[in-house]
Amino acid sequence: MYEEIFKKYTPEKENLIYILHEIQDTHPQQYISEEAVEWVAEYLQIEPSHIFGVLTFYTMFSTKPRGKNIIRLCESPPCFLRGSEKMLKRLAQLLKVKAGETTSDGLFTLELCACLGVCGNAPVMMINEDVYGDLTEEKLDKIIASYTGGEK
Amino acid sequence: MSKMINLTVDGIEVQVPEGTAIISAAKKAGKNIPTLCYHPDLPATANCGVCVVEIEKSPLKRACCTPVWEGMNVTTNSHKLRELRKTLVELTLSNHDVVCPTCVQNGKCELQDLAYHLGIQASDLPSLLEKKPIDYSSPSIVRDPNKCINCGRCITVCAQTQTVFALTLDGRGFETMVTTSFDRGMANSPCVNCGQCTVYCPVGALREQTHIDSVWDALLDPDKYVIVQEAPAVRATLGEEFGMNPEEVTVGKMYAALRSMGFDRVFDTNFTADLTIMEEGMELINRVVTGGKLPVITSCSPGWIKFMETYFPCVAENVSTCKSPQQMFGTMIKTYFAEKEGIDPSKIVSVSIMPCTAKKFEAQRPEMRDSGFQDVDYVLTTRELIRMIEEAGLDFKNLPDEKADNLMGEYTGAATIFGATGGVMEAAVRTAYFVLAGKEMADLNLTPFRGMAGIKEANLVVPLKDGGELPLHVAVAHGLGNARKLMERVVAGEVFHFIEIMACPGGCVGGGGQPFGSSIADRARRGQSLYKEDAAAVKRTSHSNSEVMKAYADFLGEPNSHKAHQLLHTNYFERSKVTGDCVKAVTHKH
Repeated sequence: MYEEIFKKYTPEKENLIYILHEIQDTHPQQYISEEAVEWVAEYLQIEPSHIFGVLTFYTMFSTKPRGKNIIRLCESPPCFLRGSEKMLKRLAQLLKVKAGETTSDGLFTLELCACLGVCGNAPVMMINEDVYGDLTEEKLDKIIASYTGGEK
Repeated sequence: MSKMINLTVDGIEVQVPEGTAIISAAKKAGKNIPTLCYHPDLPATANCGVCVVEIEKSPLKRACCTPVWEGMNVTTNSHKLRELRKTLVELTLSNHDVVCPTCVQNGKCELQDLAYHLGIQASDLPSLLEKKPIDYSSPSIVRDPNKCINCGRCITVCAQTQTVFALTLDGRGFETMVTTSFDRGMANSPCVNCGQCTVYCPVGALREQTHIDSVWDALLDPDKYVIVQEAPAVRATLGEEFGMNPEEVTVGKMYAALRSMGFDRVFDTNFTADLTIMEEGMELINRVVTGGKLPVITSCSPGWIKFMETYFPCVAENVSTCKSPQQMFGTMIKTYFAEKEGIDPSKIVSVSIMPCTAKKFEAQRPEMRDSGFQDVDYVLTTRELIRMIEEAGLDFKNLPDEKADNLMGEYTGAATIFGATGGVMEAAVRTAYFVLAGKEMADLNLTPFRGMAGIKEANLVVPLKDGGELPLHVAVAHGLGNARKLMERVVAGEVFHFIEIMACPGGCVGGGGQPFGSSIADRARRGQSLYKEDAAAVKRTSHSNSEVMKAYADFLGEPNSHKAHQLLHTNYFERSKVTGDCVKAVTHKH
């Protein structure tokens, strides 16, 4: 099942991150399974433990199955100073999950991430590919509703 | 010869080769720079920052990973540096499970030592430790993330020295943790239980799965007959731990200590080391003479065996089918000894004292039950024996020199050197030569196999008693990184007749159950002590061990007999590189 992806990359260590991204992006649950790691290890001839280290170092990768929409709330200092902690609390309340968890309906995964590069609009979060800035609790309610109400 | 660099360390002028790190140059000037993550046996990883030094006209640098330059002027200790180091160590302590009095590394802990030497008293920093579960999954090694300080030595020794790749870093920043892939636990990783991580861990976050309580319970149980065997490397190590001359081999005091702790019989693993040579030596001769699978590769080291099963199952049929001396001993105790003495083997508790953590795993392998019971019940490391001797309140240094009990207590110099890299090779060659040539070697010292070179090779020519001669290409490797290199050559088709592999650098004297912090220099010295004991021994060849000969005459028949095969030989498996689980059997003994 990974052959299609491997075909695009020569079996060199340098390609590890690209391969992992493709595997994650093409997985319906947007994550990298233990089995996938074994396949990649075999293909690139590197140790599974090394790949696990890479996967857990970068917050963009997940080793656990994730929901349909991935919320990444910035926890870097500028956002923290502008109230990201409060936003996290609100999101946790709305979704009934803690950071790193997926809602029981599989619709959302709530994650924390490092700087998203739009500190001028702190606090900031991304949902999938869309950026939302100048967050307030009211704004959060509306944004989440837009994902739960109609399909986006 | 490389270019020499001149520098000044705390006003002292020194000259060192180009490329030397500041920390080593300072040592030459008599200055010890404090460190936490750096260890002279391992490549520097620059994780902790404690070795920071001041350099004239330069920003602060880490001494472990900064090479010297011409005219460098280094200050290793100043108020500024002390304050910086204190802060770093206090930060480390704030995320460390500070339970020193009950920690196995108490008194030998590098963090404890550093905090003391930096004069840290009550830290202003509150503890930020969030307790995580301790990994008890492995029969050999316990991993305690609460004590871990993320210095990374375990990962370095596991990946670079041993090429096992069981450990890795999980996460980043404050959440970073040393663990196994997918946090599956040590038992479900490629870990081969060699325990080098426990020797290099500065803080007791990696340690053995202890059997001390079970052994005390057995000793106190009047219904149990408790028997003990001790590996050769242990006796080369106890002296240094009890304030004696570290070069002294303390075998007599070791027997006395064990007897006074209450063991019913004190035997010696060296007896089965000699027995191993009889079995393995004959196996080698048979394979060479009958055109069997070559090279024969030794099987004494359980860390090597699991490594082979995981990374080189293709050579499994080359590996001697002989069990290790520990396991031969276990089987013989519950069969030969039990029969001779009329003791019900179900009442025997068989304990071994080993320089090794992998022996704990080996003892629990399901196939190690040829006596009808688990052949070896409990395995204590050298470190655990030291703790028990302390607990029993024995004044080790002043104990009398006693002897081992008869029947399975006699040994030769050939068995003693099993504890050092190259020793099994040397012992096997002594006996194989005797059998093939019909006479003893003129000089029993086979120096090409001694010493700490990673791979040692020799071309031997053995004269045959019926005329003609037999050339043998043999090699010795210690440390699994070296074993891997040698196995790659075997797989590539290079011709060898006999290969000795020991999982740990230095052989068993450098085992994972040896004292915390055992350096390469310590291992070399312990090896020397064993060679000295061999040189002084009256009997120096395994075939001259009269108790071993008696065991053959009264019980086993002859070397490699059907009975010997049943009791003293074993099988190997192919294992998953991911989980370490058995995939399939690759040899079939019975």
